[in-house]
Amino acid sequence: MDLSFGSRYATFRESVRSFLALHGASAPAVPPDLRALPTLRWQQRLLEHGYAGRAIPTRYGGYGATPDILETRIIAEEFAEAQVFPGLSGQGIMMLVPTLIEFGTEAQREQFIAPTLRGDLIWCQGYSEPNAGSDLASLTTRAVLVGDEWVINGQKIWTSTAHLADWMFCLVRTELTSPKHLGISFLLLEMSTPGIEVRPLVTMTGDASFNEVFLTDVRIPATQIVGGRGEGWKIANALLSHERGMLGNPNVTLQRFNALVDLFRQETIDGRRLIDDPVWRERLLKLQGRMLALRCNDLRVLSGRLNDRSAPLAAMLVKLEGTELRHEVEGLAIDALGELGVLYRGSPLLRDQGLWQQHHMYFLGLIIGGGTSQIQKNIIAERGLGMPREPKLAAG
Amino acid sequence: MDFGLSDDQTLLQTSLSRVLNVAAPLARVRRFAEDETDKASDVWDALASLGLPGLVIAPARGGMGLGLLDAALAAECLGRHVAPIPFAATSVMVPLALQDAGTTAQCARWLPSLAEGACTAGLAVSEHTGAKEDAGVRYIDGRLCGRALFVLDFAADVFLVADESARLYLVERDAAGLEARSLVSIDRSRRLGELLFRAVPAVCLPGSENPLVLQRTLDRGRVLLAADTLGAAQHMLDAAVSYAGTRQQFGRVIGSFQAVKHLCAEMAAALEPCRALLWYAAHSLDLEATDAHITACHTKAHMAEVGKFVAKTATEVHGGVGFTDLLGLHYWFKRIGLNRQWLGSPERLRHEAARAQGYA
Repeated sequence: MDLSFGSRYATFRESVRSFLALHGASAPAVPPDLRALPTLRWQQRLLEHGYAGRAIPTRYGGYGATPDILETRIIAEEFAEAQVFPGLSGQGIMMLVPTLIEFGTEAQREQFIAPTLRGDLIWCQGYSEPNAGSDLASLTTRAVLVGDEWVINGQKIWTSTAHLADWMFCLVRTELTSPKHLGISFLLLEMSTPGIEVRPLVTMTGDASFNEVFLTDVRIPATQIVGGRGEGWKIANALLSHERGMLGNPNVTLQRFNALVDLFRQETIDGRRLIDDPVWRERLLKLQGRMLALRCNDLRVLSGRLNDRSAPLAAMLVKLEGTELRHEVEGLAIDALGELGVLYRGSPLLRDQGLWQQHHMYFLGLIIGGGTSQIQKNIIAERGLGMPREPKLAAG
Repeated sequence: MDFGLSDDQTLLQTSLSRVLNVAAPLARVRRFAEDETDKASDVWDALASLGLPGLVIAPARGGMGLGLLDAALAAECLGRHVAPIPFAATSVMVPLALQDAGTTAQCARWLPSLAEGACTAGLAVSEHTGAKEDAGVRYIDGRLCGRALFVLDFAADVFLVADESARLYLVERDAAGLEARSLVSIDRSRRLGELLFRAVPAVCLPGSENPLVLQRTLDRGRVLLAADTLGAAQHMLDAAVSYAGTRQQFGRVIGSFQAVKHLCAEMAAALEPCRALLWYAAHSLDLEATDAHITACHTKAHMAEVGKFVAKTATEVHGGVGFTDLLGLHYWFKRIGLNRQWLGSPERLRHEAARAQGYA
């Protein structure tokens, strides 16, 4: 065990801090307007200093640093500590850029990566369908090659930011005679293409953060495929594990837990601060214990990647445990606030702009999204513990 | 940064497990459980040959001079095998308290024979984690009076005893005026008892004037009991997964039913982070980190909650046979049960963690 980050990293951390001290004030507020000039200017500044696109080669508009997980973690920690917007992190940057680097053609990388990093191109992810949720590989949106064009028909759902996006990367069925996992391809479509209709879906938070996308005879050039025909499932899976690690990040939960402690110190019931009430304090400390365990687990997973000592089970459980914990952290604030906890946007007496309620609901969405908790349990049992798979009812 | 075990630490666990597989199979544990006079000296000798009793004792006193993380890894192995031998008090808490606070003469008198495994030491401190009944020990004119309940590693030759002011004293088992009385707990893999002091002559560890000595001793014990629970719970989970992979109902192994599979996944998802938590807590005590006390309290409290969940759930996965004595699964269930109550219940430890952070 060696919990120090080493002197090189201490220097690096200092450089991040001085950047934040010097420039932090010009960062946009969270959540930022994705199209606004201050957001794009801030993103440009982050790219120049290597706090965005850090490990992306310079020829694609990145900073060209050697990939280093600890540096990435230090950047994230310092931006969180300073509560400064850490740059754009949409699905284009988080999912598509790594996909293109690994599986794209040179022409695709040159066309898409730099403008995506700058925030000039906003992407959405077209994976789920009304009848292909947990069983994503059963998706039925079809693309048929007609001459030098793909002709696409079908429907996508839960498509975050589709109403804002310039492009969509999506999974579609192209090989009708192949087994279901091998019949899927990874296509790129411009959202202004005729035949695409986006209908916003309002969620329980009151926001329309995701959409239904209807695709009717959408025609795109045959070159807008990433990887080969039938390789879409493989490509998507290479990225999904990455997404799941992000979805339960205990270090983000730590920021919310600290806000919860502040709330407990400020709010009173019958004139007594919440933190002074042993019942509420016990619930707070219980969550702190779980969070501490997940933060240690995160260090172990991170260190395993650095030192080539993988801990697959420790990585697999992050999404399941992390999203449940976050939901409970937000929920404890609501419980502890009593009647004040149910107030929502626009109300007098509202606490923290209604964020506790909003996050409590939003994280219920994340318990479901990105592979439900039940699917996570299947993965942990089958891949982590080696338990037998559910017998298939029918082949195919 | 390297958040993980060294090759030596992995080897330590492998060697201990190999010896325990032979020396302390369930049949041996059952014999110990049924015979109050059994001291399991065969198991003790086998582990002593690996140097287990002297693991953390300074090399100058005949030990190996390893850290609390190494001791926690050993405790995990002992929990996994429900090993019927003393460890937390005799091999770690008492020797380290002696090294922290004892005189040179006290260290020279006890540490070499503890390191060798020639004698064992118990620890009577439970009044500092919640005094029950009329328990409590006072030091008056060179003598101890009163009662100490729930002594760890009870079948010992010498006891380290805390008085009301948190000072620590050494008392030999055959000291005049000392009565040792057994208590019967659900966990038959370890001995438990109380001590009655009727003006027993005792010598103080001078350094224990500083109450931090007792706190650090308790924190070490908390991490070791958490490690013991981790090992025991891991065994129960492994047993449940293995049983679910062979037991058939409705024409298929029950482990292929999601109802059963999800119970196992929930146990694994709760248990696996405890491993990293435990390493961190033990290492923090080794480094004397500022958050070591908070972490030790949280670690034992959280491990106790997860342990309780795994103990119940793994038993359920086994169905009726899990409830019977046939498989002996209950030995692990009960081991986890005793660890939970010793050196502070989860609620009490969370309260201590809250206090240490200025929340209470």
